[in-house]
Amino acid sequence: MTDVERNRVVTTVALERLDPRSRAAARGWSDLTIRNMFIIPTIVFLIVFNIFPLLYSLGYSFTDFRASVSAPANFVGLDNYQRLLSDPNIWRNFTVTAKYVIVSVGGQMIVGFGVALLLNRSFPFKGFVTTLLLLPMMMSMAVVGLFWKLLYDPSWGIINYALGLGRFDWLSNPDMALYAVAITDIWMWSPFVMLLSLAGLSAVPKHLYEAAAIDRASNWYTFTHITLPLVSPLLLIALIFRTMEAFKSFDLPFIMSGQPTTEVVAIRLYKMAFQEWQTGLSCALAYIMLIVVIAITNIYVKYLNRVKER
Amino acid sequence: MAAVKTPRQKVANQLAIAAVIVIAIIFLAPIYWIGSTAFKPRALATTVPPTVLFQPEVTPFVKLFTRRVQLNRPVEPGAYEAAPWWEKRIYDGGERVLRVGEDVQLSGYPDRFLNSLIIAVTSTLLAVSMGTLTAYGFSRFRVAGEQDWLFFILSTRMLPPVVVAIPMFLMYRVVGMTDTHIGLIILYTAFNLSFSVWLMKGFIDEIPKEYEEAALVDGYTRMQAFFKIVLPEAATGIAATAVFCFITAWNEYAFALMMTNRRAQTAPPFIPAQVGSGLTDWTTIAAGTFLFLLPVAIFTFLLRNHLLRGMSFGAIRK
Repeated sequence: MTDVERNRVVTTVALERLDPRSRAAARGWSDLTIRNMFIIPTIVFLIVFNIFPLLYSLGYSFTDFRASVSAPANFVGLDNYQRLLSDPNIWRNFTVTAKYVIVSVGGQMIVGFGVALLLNRSFPFKGFVTTLLLLPMMMSMAVVGLFWKLLYDPSWGIINYALGLGRFDWLSNPDMALYAVAITDIWMWSPFVMLLSLAGLSAVPKHLYEAAAIDRASNWYTFTHITLPLVSPLLLIALIFRTMEAFKSFDLPFIMSGQPTTEVVAIRLYKMAFQEWQTGLSCALAYIMLIVVIAITNIYVKYLNRVKER
Repeated sequence: MAAVKTPRQKVANQLAIAAVIVIAIIFLAPIYWIGSTAFKPRALATTVPPTVLFQPEVTPFVKLFTRRVQLNRPVEPGAYEAAPWWEKRIYDGGERVLRVGEDVQLSGYPDRFLNSLIIAVTSTLLAVSMGTLTAYGFSRFRVAGEQDWLFFILSTRMLPPVVVAIPMFLMYRVVGMTDTHIGLIILYTAFNLSFSVWLMKGFIDEIPKEYEEAALVDGYTRMQAFFKIVLPEAATGIAATAVFCFITAWNEYAFALMMTNRRAQTAPPFIPAQVGSGLTDWTTIAAGTFLFLLPVAIFTFLLRNHLLRGMSFGAIRK
């Protein structure tokens, strides 16, 4: 039914009522009223509690405000931004974050897609096993991170025991800590890549594989020419989404390690704002971080829409 | 597909299944370790080699819920005999449960657990009800710049928590809302709202418009059609969305860490704070972790058919 037709039906029904003034009341609120009543509260809520705070902090990012003292904020122009961008320590935070993103997201893509390839066949209890494998990503990062500290313990952790590493130091070793945290992140989020990969794999039409088999195509050829191209849109979604999340990571590195080598941008930001109370400066750093996140989000939504259209 | 399999394919298949079993064991080992440590006697939690088989006990849970002090002299036999079974276990470990008069002094955990529950449930109810209405609005009515609004709504979800927390903390401080339940509820609602709108829009888009149109022709008002036809049809979707929102709020750490310190503190910042600098009692921490993860594990199984959809903000449907 087109809108015109629907309006005609509605009008016909409405005209049957005798008093034109009671028409609106009898039919309840107009569609326009309902639409506004349903949508506007959400938009207002998000503006008040997300956009307004951001504008508030944009203002502070141009000042030397410190929330711990009662001194008024002084306008300092772009000084905060200049100071941050010329500070080698901040660049180190960004380098650490980049390394963390590459290692953990790379690991998740390989493990997640690999496990999905293995799972993409029928076997007993398949649904149950798949759901079990998805458990880690549903758990609280903070609590999981805490518990992995026990697993990583150099003296009695089961990881060293299982791998026969003796008293190998994971989290208190500056060179190893970032990888240790990334391994936990891989454990938590590979299931996410696996979930999306499985959806992609199950959507590959079976007749393509049958045709390839008839043509005696090698497994490798089938994989690179049929499987990969058809799964890649979903893999890309997983990649962008995980990149964005890993860039924002705070919980796992914060809980698991206090090493400078695991101080990602979000942790620096937290310390600057809530421990050093350099409020103005931290607002500026928040904005630098925000710009990167918005850029990745844009790419993510673009691909999400593309997948949706298929 | 009833494909004819060559022997080689059969072997490959069996190898893959064997690999799946091995991977599943490796993946689930950490979760098993949390669960088993929660039931271990304290002395067996940190042994080398790790203890796998042991007589399970619930003492870690007793310790989780009570405040205790070290015994400085042996407990009197009469007091020991009169004590309930769980208190005897505490005496056995060389500790005494603190009491105020007759009442056992509770540790900080039950309060934090309750805070988590109150905040997660309330924010879920708010996010899902507002999200469902908004999703219906976008699904059924023409909205100018619909895609832009939806993108705006989604983008609020992508904001890093620390970035939002700094100005929110300053604003809450002005109005006296730091360390309050309502403060966290607002933050979690805002965080989940975008997710709820996107997921619910997918579910409502799938309900044929013709159902409501038929109802409108029958003399229903638009609101009646929404409540009596759309909502019942969307019930499964609403439930799935609610569980996702609940899990997100339940697990959230960063906001809770920055916005609360005592009264409204939830379990995620509380549990790690229990790891002291001295000898950490991992069995008690495992017990707290186990109770905290249990609802999420159950929900994951209930949600299993909606996980893909939820994780992709409703964009990918099976």
